[in-house]
Amino acid sequence: MASNGSDVRPAAARTPLRATADNALKIVVVGGFGVGKTTLVGSVSEIRPLNTEEVMTRAGEGIDPAGSWGKRSTTVAFDFGRITLSERQVLYLFGAPGQERFWFLWDRLFSGALGAVVLVDTRRLEDSWYAIDRLEHHGTPFIVARNNFGDPTHTLEQVREALDLPDSVPLVDCDARDRESGKRVLIDLIHHLTDLAEAELAAAAPSMYEESTA
Amino acid sequence: MNAGPVLPGRDDDPDRLYTITKGRSRAPENAFDLVTLIVAERQPTPGMQSEHVRILRMCEAPTAVVEVAAELALPVSVVKILLGDLLESGAVTARHPRFAPNKARLPDLDTLKQVLHGLQRL
Ligand SMILES: Nc1nc2c(ncn2[C@@H]2O[C@H](COP(=O)(O)OP(=O)(O)OP(=O)(O)O)[C@@H](O)[C@H]2O)c(=O)[nH]1
Ligand SMILES: [Mg+2]
Repeated sequence: MASNGSDVRPAAARTPLRATADNALKIVVVGGFGVGKTTLVGSVSEIRPLNTEEVMTRAGEGIDPAGSWGKRSTTVAFDFGRITLSERQVLYLFGAPGQERFWFLWDRLFSGALGAVVLVDTRRLEDSWYAIDRLEHHGTPFIVARNNFGDPTHTLEQVREALDLPDSVPLVDCDARDRESGKRVLIDLIHHLTDLAEAELAAAAPSMYEESTA
Repeated sequence: MNAGPVLPGRDDDPDRLYTITKGRSRAPENAFDLVTLIVAERQPTPGMQSEHVRILRMCEAPTAVVEVAAELALPVSVVKILLGDLLESGAVTARHPRFAPNKARLPDLDTLKQVLHGLQRL
């Protein structure tokens, strides 16, 4: 893990953003324990993945009405990396645990995110069912990436079937340790988002026409 | 509810968090996204709370809220409270993400094109 105690590292150890950076975007990588989230974030990130945590209560109404930290609250750790896209844009990648009990963290991470990557390990597909379900309900667009730990026994078609994944959701293979492969997954997600956004525009166009001529 | 993985050496002792935040447990509603970029507008002043000093030093270059939290090893919610103080006094400014869709809304095509180009250049 990236945690290194409570002391601030010397400023020189950090890579600051450009002074012109003014627009940050988010992509969330969600998946079960040990599926390779941190590895994927790290392989494409320009900084070593950092780890931080969020404290939350059940209802998400502040941390604790009584003002005392820790009593009724839950702490959950997540990690992140970043990619400078241009003078002004920077993309943050968040790796978040996929188990049901972390749903309250995802709602925060997902809101405002461009989209999500569900990372799956074919040996433990059931770990990703809940995350897929949650993303569908939240309306966050996503793709699924099978992190290939050298499993030759399952084809992507079989994985799709086992996940009960509709054809409209892309399913790709990746090696989370490989930078090019990780980059490919992100590009696949952006292509998928572009397809969805174009389809939405096309669908919206006729109804706008109807309204204006009604 | 179960706790998530808690990391060693982290500053999440309830008493200490209470002290740092002066007993406040709530950040200004929706004042900061996880990736809002914070920029220091002033030098630290004598007598300033040490966490505020660290934030101002760190934010001489734009720094995302999560990076501040990771660097200080404090929970994001605590950092948001501290940032709220600095924002209120004008010691920092905030560059909010310009893409912030409502639920179930897709990013616009321009943004997507820019992200794609950025990724392809990597
Ligand atoms: N063989 C192989 N090993 C991998 C691959 N991706 C990750 N690993 C290894 O699998 C282990 C778990 O990877 P992590 O990136 O820590 O997984 P994680 O999802 O962040 O794990 P948690 O945060 O503990 O849930 C590490 O030892 C990685 O080196 C892969 O594509 N192939
Ligand atoms: Mg991890």
